[in-house]
Amino acid sequence: MSEGKVLPVVNADASVARAHVSFVERVGSAGLTLRRAGAVETLQVNVGKLCNQACKHCHVDASPKRTEIMSGETAAQIIEAVRRFRFQTVDITGGAPELNPSFRRLVIESRDAGAHVIVRHNLTVMFEPGQEDLPEFFRAQGVEVVSSLPYFLEQQTDAQRGHGVFNKSVEALKRLNAVGYGVEGSGLALHLVYNPVGAFLPPAQSAIEADFKRELRARHGVSFNSLYTITNMPIKRFLDYLRRTGNEERYMRKLVEAFNPQAVAGLMCRTLLSVDWTGRLYDCDFNQMLDLGVPAGLPQSIADFDPRDFAGREITTAAHCFGCTAGAGSSCGGSVVAS
Amino acid sequence: MSYYEEDDLSRFADMGKHRPDLFEKFMAWYQACQEDGALSRREKALIGLAVAHALQCPYCIDAYAQSCLESGSNMEQMTEAIHMASALRGGAALIHGLQAHNSVNKVSM
Repeated sequence: MSEGKVLPVVNADASVARAHVSFVERVGSAGLTLRRAGAVETLQVNVGKLCNQACKHCHVDASPKRTEIMSGETAAQIIEAVRRFRFQTVDITGGAPELNPSFRRLVIESRDAGAHVIVRHNLTVMFEPGQEDLPEFFRAQGVEVVSSLPYFLEQQTDAQRGHGVFNKSVEALKRLNAVGYGVEGSGLALHLVYNPVGAFLPPAQSAIEADFKRELRARHGVSFNSLYTITNMPIKRFLDYLRRTGNEERYMRKLVEAFNPQAVAGLMCRTLLSVDWTGRLYDCDFNQMLDLGVPAGLPQSIADFDPRDFAGREITTAAHCFGCTAGAGSSCGGSVVAS
Repeated sequence: MSYYEEDDLSRFADMGKHRPDLFEKFMAWYQACQEDGALSRREKALIGLAVAHALQCPYCIDAYAQSCLESGSNMEQMTEAIHMASALRGGAALIHGLQAHNSVNKVSM
């Protein structure tokens, strides 16, 4: 049985520090250290919490009722940083980032600056007023589209993402396929994201990807490039679910016991910097939602960002980080250890 | 206190306290059985779920229900596996009816 016996509790003020030590200690007990790589390769921009959906597992707590969205001024600061520091990748997320008035400018200016652009696109937003041309916009800009679809069946998908979401998502996938996304040889990348529909870990990425490809093709005639498996993080709405259903302790124990030292080297926080809707900097989007900024002594805002300050620096961690090191590991690009 | 405690599942390693050599041998064999081989992990998890129901072991049912989810199975597939176990148990009971028939026939005119 596993040697991990720590039972961290997230978000309980006094225990965050203790849990932080526990994650750092667990990494250390494996003979490893977790620090930033030499370069920030990806700037992940969270433009705000406004979304046309309110998914049950959402670590952002995003919904149509949220009003916290990035201003044009902050978007301009980000564009300036992208131009100046030439990030390899700009990864735009939310909420539904397309609902932000600055979204298309962020995409266009980032592409003009030479960055590869990823959009975390929830599929159904393309049916919102004024968003109907998103597939054509994505194609024109050559963005990589990453979309959540927690399962290839309606029941599981709607249970997590809301009634009717599966059928709308399939229609959206057909529209993306129609302009070339997810179609072999088109050069237009469409990746799907699997999140467990509940308090359990994801399956092996390669195995479930094969199921998704076979079933979505056979049942709906749609295709995509890759499936990313992402572990649900015990933050915000998913944490509320864990607590409401009495699953918190068991789920956290599962994450801790499944700690995989091989996942540490591939953690996204080593090469990614996250910026929120106000311009504040974080080591990842999960830290952002827990209000855990980059370590003190580093620039705290995109307006003050300089990549040289971050090379090889410490990373802010807490108990939720066990979610990224469990099993095959988890990142915004799926599992980090080959299955 | 119930005879079956949910937390006991995570205390399974306590069974290694008195004869660790035997427990380690069991665990090495048990874990090797779970690996991908001619059968996938998912297929093995579904077999495990079916056997758990045939054995009616609550620990095994809990553990293999989770394993099935974490290897990508859905409720439809898991329920079919449970029906397979149940059908075999039912069939095994029913075919023993011939024993009863034989017994009765032996002493009947």
